[in-house]
Amino acid sequence: MQFHFNESTPLYQQIASQLEEMIFTGGFDEGSQVPSTTQLSQQLHINPATVLKGMNILVDAGLIEKHRGRGMFVRTGARQKIMEERKESFYKDYVKTLLVEAHKLGINKQHLVELIERGEHDGTIKD
Amino acid sequence: MMEQLKISHLSKKFGRRVILDDVSFTLEPAKIYGLLGRNGAGKSTLLNLISNRIFPTSGSIKLGDQEVNTDQTLDKIFLIGEDNLYYKQVKINQMFDLADGAYGNFDYQNAEQMLKQFELDGNQKFAKLSTGQKTAAKISLALNVDADYIFLDEPVLGLDANHREIFYQELIKSYQKRPRTIVLSTHLIDEIQQLVEHVILIDRHRVLEDADVQDLLDRAYDISGPAKLVDQYTEGLNVLSTTDLGNIRTAHVFDQLPEDRILPDQVQIGHYDLQHLFIYLTNGGQQEDA
Repeated sequence: MQFHFNESTPLYQQIASQLEEMIFTGGFDEGSQVPSTTQLSQQLHINPATVLKGMNILVDAGLIEKHRGRGMFVRTGARQKIMEERKESFYKDYVKTLLVEAHKLGINKQHLVELIERGEHDGTIKD
Repeated sequence: MMEQLKISHLSKKFGRRVILDDVSFTLEPAKIYGLLGRNGAGKSTLLNLISNRIFPTSGSIKLGDQEVNTDQTLDKIFLIGEDNLYYKQVKINQMFDLADGAYGNFDYQNAEQMLKQFELDGNQKFAKLSTGQKTAAKISLALNVDADYIFLDEPVLGLDANHREIFYQELIKSYQKRPRTIVLSTHLIDEIQQLVEHVILIDRHRVLEDADVQDLLDRAYDISGPAKLVDQYTEGLNVLSTTDLGNIRTAHVFDQLPEDRILPDQVQIGHYDLQHLFIYLTNGGQQEDA
């Protein structure tokens, strides 16, 4: 498990989004236990209150839940939920940004499509 | 039950020299704080006042509703500060015994385990240790004292990177085992940014900031781009200082960004960290060379 932090977003949000990424990519399976606040804060040297705030974002989003006395667990359907949410933000975060940058560079729609095809042939997506 | 530690209108003068000037803030139970300030800002004096080693010129320090100069309060506040409080021949083990005598329930087991990690032996004489070893011995002591308020003055002084790691780990472990207020007093901010929840910043003998770390960082913006555009965008905002590199200006803003102002394409927004905020705030807003 590897965390990387930067200055650009609040630490608790980074904790939440990196845990979410680990759930999404299968680092933590549905039904499996995620590290406790104690473990995370000791390992990352981050204030327990900050870690808890990050974890609570995932609790509120319905991705993890507390099993009394046993710890935090990934909820069934969590991955599907993340998938839907990300599709939702795909347009805003990627497509719009892409169009703005393309416009700045004078890349038209047809050229964009060509570039997308080039990306496919380059083996950008490995499956 | 753990109570608030309330510092009200505290001032301290040595002769005519003002060390602390009308300082007020409140520490909540079971929270980790950073007490920040440049050398000479008055941090150590403040800690010595809180632990009742010296007396204020005016103002009060109360734990709950009691002044901190009574027996009921003193065994709830522990300060590990300068070295000269112990008699010359004292061994580390004896420092543990003294703390156990004064505060009770000293966690010997964990303290000894910490000494081992720091490659120290309890029979070593404190005065003979190097700076880093003294720091290590002091934190092995402080984190195992059974008090509601633990104050650590310069807790990483002289520690190498490995030993600092041990300290951070042990600090959190200790806090989770027995939640209580821990105050880290330091000017080395970089590494404690993630550890502390709330910061009291002392500058020129006064409290300059008293806020949650995240609240401070939420207002800490670097706005950079062509100088003219940056100036336009940051007009009227609290700009602590600017850095110029050719025609590219970075304004270090400490403010909420106005939502109704349009950010030009060539201007970028980033964040700076607590260390830099500290520098910009305590520099008196001077121009900085890139």
